[in-house]
Amino acid sequence: MQPFAYTRAHSVKEAVEIIHATDKAPGSKAEGDAQTQFIAGGTTLIDLMKLHVVNPARLVDIGSIEAQREWSSVTADKHGLHLGAMASMAAVAEDKDVLRDYPVIAQSLQLAASAQLRNMASLGGNVLQRTRCPYFRDVSFTACNKRNPGSGCDALHGVNRQHAVLGGSDACIATYPGDFAQSLIALDASVHVAGAKGTRTFPFAELHRQPAETPHVETTLRPGELITGFIVPAAPWTRRSAYLKIRDRASYAFALASAAVALDMADGRVRQARIALGGLATVPWRAKDAEASLAGKPLDERSAAEAAEIAFSQANPREYNAFKVKLGKETLTRALLHVATMEI
Amino acid sequence: MTQFLKYVAGIQRRQMLYGTAATLAFLLVSRVVVARQKPVGKAAGGIAHEAGDKVDLVLDINGQERHLSLDGRTSLLDALRDHLDLTGSKKGCDHGQCGACTVHVDGRRVLSCLTLASMASGKKITTIEGLAGPDGGLHPMQAAFIEHDAFQCGYCTPGQIMSAVACVEEGHADDAAEIREYMSGNICRCAAYPNIVAAIEHAKVAMGRA
Ligand SMILES: Cc1cc2nc3c(=O)[nH]c(=O)nc-3n(C[C@H](O)[C@H](O)[C@H](O)COP(=O)(O)OP(=O)(O)OC[C@H]3O[C@@H](n4cnc5c(N)ncnc54)[C@H](O)[C@@H]3O)c2cc1C
Ligand code: SF4
Ligand code: FES
Ligand code: FES
Repeated sequence: MQPFAYTRAHSVKEAVEIIHATDKAPGSKAEGDAQTQFIAGGTTLIDLMKLHVVNPARLVDIGSIEAQREWSSVTADKHGLHLGAMASMAAVAEDKDVLRDYPVIAQSLQLAASAQLRNMASLGGNVLQRTRCPYFRDVSFTACNKRNPGSGCDALHGVNRQHAVLGGSDACIATYPGDFAQSLIALDASVHVAGAKGTRTFPFAELHRQPAETPHVETTLRPGELITGFIVPAAPWTRRSAYLKIRDRASYAFALASAAVALDMADGRVRQARIALGGLATVPWRAKDAEASLAGKPLDERSAAEAAEIAFSQANPREYNAFKVKLGKETLTRALLHVATMEI
Repeated sequence: MTQFLKYVAGIQRRQMLYGTAATLAFLLVSRVVVARQKPVGKAAGGIAHEAGDKVDLVLDINGQERHLSLDGRTSLLDALRDHLDLTGSKKGCDHGQCGACTVHVDGRRVLSCLTLASMASGKKITTIEGLAGPDGGLHPMQAAFIEHDAFQCGYCTPGQIMSAVACVEEGHADDAAEIREYMSGNICRCAAYPNIVAAIEHAKVAMGRA
């Protein structure tokens, strides 16, 4: 690990002020090289610093007790759900309101990582976790556009079994590894951020960027901006929702394929469907065409399989990950059929 | 003090009346259901260091205050093992993937390999060495591991036991399936899993959580 300076922030405002005092223009470099990084649970950052993949000059610790009090609450009312960005994955996964009214959110968190990691990790850090692409994580591979812009991509012709079949480019096919982000994107969540110029709120779907030619720029956050929370609007489909995660072992593994599904059903027909896919794409992936294909139809084997077909019509598999197209379709089909028959 | 530290000390002194617009709006319109996260430990301000500097820390470990002067990069695991002779916590992977380094911070199980020692200051840390009673009597989970032969080489065992105690206290030990799911963060290379599950089912009775 490279030496770094460390400061503990005691409030959101202080965190933003510190980062702006110390890091004037981090935006042009690979994201991981931003001179100053916030640290929340540290479960992504410390790991990557030990691997020399991310080498910040300064850490601003936002996990202080005071900061946690300020922005880790979970509240639900008739307008929706507000999740503070410093709430732990474990706290939100076990929240009674979330479990009852937004089960897809609780499940996407509970099925992630391990009990220890869920105690440590924050929601804000969770959505910003970095890819598990083994070529990104191992600096002895020289070609990685995400880690070292312009160097190429060792995964394109390497062992790309884990890699994305949706949203990739010839510059990068790294999978977005998280689970929780799929439930946020499926439920039309927004994200609150705070920066030196004040606060702003925008659709969560606009947070992550597909790699295109610049895989090192992963989000639309401006330099030094801090995620402070998420808003999930109340809607008729949030209770009838679930997260299905398929992985190499039964627990404590990243998704090979996953589906976040929410349905509004009436008289045996779909009024509205919400679908997001994980483990398969370079960003949290919303499958809008598949959603539209279900509107007005009964949800049965046929309509579910058709929706899954549509969701993967643009899939672009590589040498070792072609299995993910079939796995992804079956995951989505199963998730849709399960959610349609849920008791709510 | 460097310019930077002066700056930070300055902003800490000023009263922070400011909340983000989002936080304010949210306080005004929302019903706070419950404060979900229990406040952890006593506030410990003033932890800061420059790159390459040593950091002076006071860690509360197993009920004792331990004073340390460490390289700022030191993980809590290395602080325990290399600087405090608390070698019960084990280093399996050093990357959050095995659970051998599990300790309790403010009563919750966490991985000490992915925690900086600095991040743990002001919090209450319990390691496997702090689990037995003051008279040296074994914790029911330790006794159950022995009784059920829940290890072979023993390398993963301190982490398993710390995780198992938390698993029971969290209320996630209702049946074997739940125990397996909530213990999945602790890998056992010797595959003592069936005996670990049996030990936990047994200890949960002695811990009054059956
Ligand atoms: C072995 C292992 C298995 C895992 N399995 C899964 C899994 O199955 N599913 C899954 O979803 N995840 C999994 N994870 C990832 C884990 O969930 C993330 O590491 C964690 O959620 C990150 O949160 P954190 O608070 O620890 O982030 P940190 O490591 O503290 O931060 C991560 C990044 O986000 C930035 N950041 C943090 N908070 C903010 C904020 N509020 N505003 C702006 N920037 C911020 C930091 O600067 C840093 O760049 C796994 C991790 C490990 C180590
Ligand atoms: S897929 Fe992306 S992250 Fe992986 S080696 Fe290629 S450029 Fe790097
Ligand atoms: S040593 Fe910490 S999880 Fe493996
Ligand atoms: S007893 Fe050997 S690793 Fe678990």
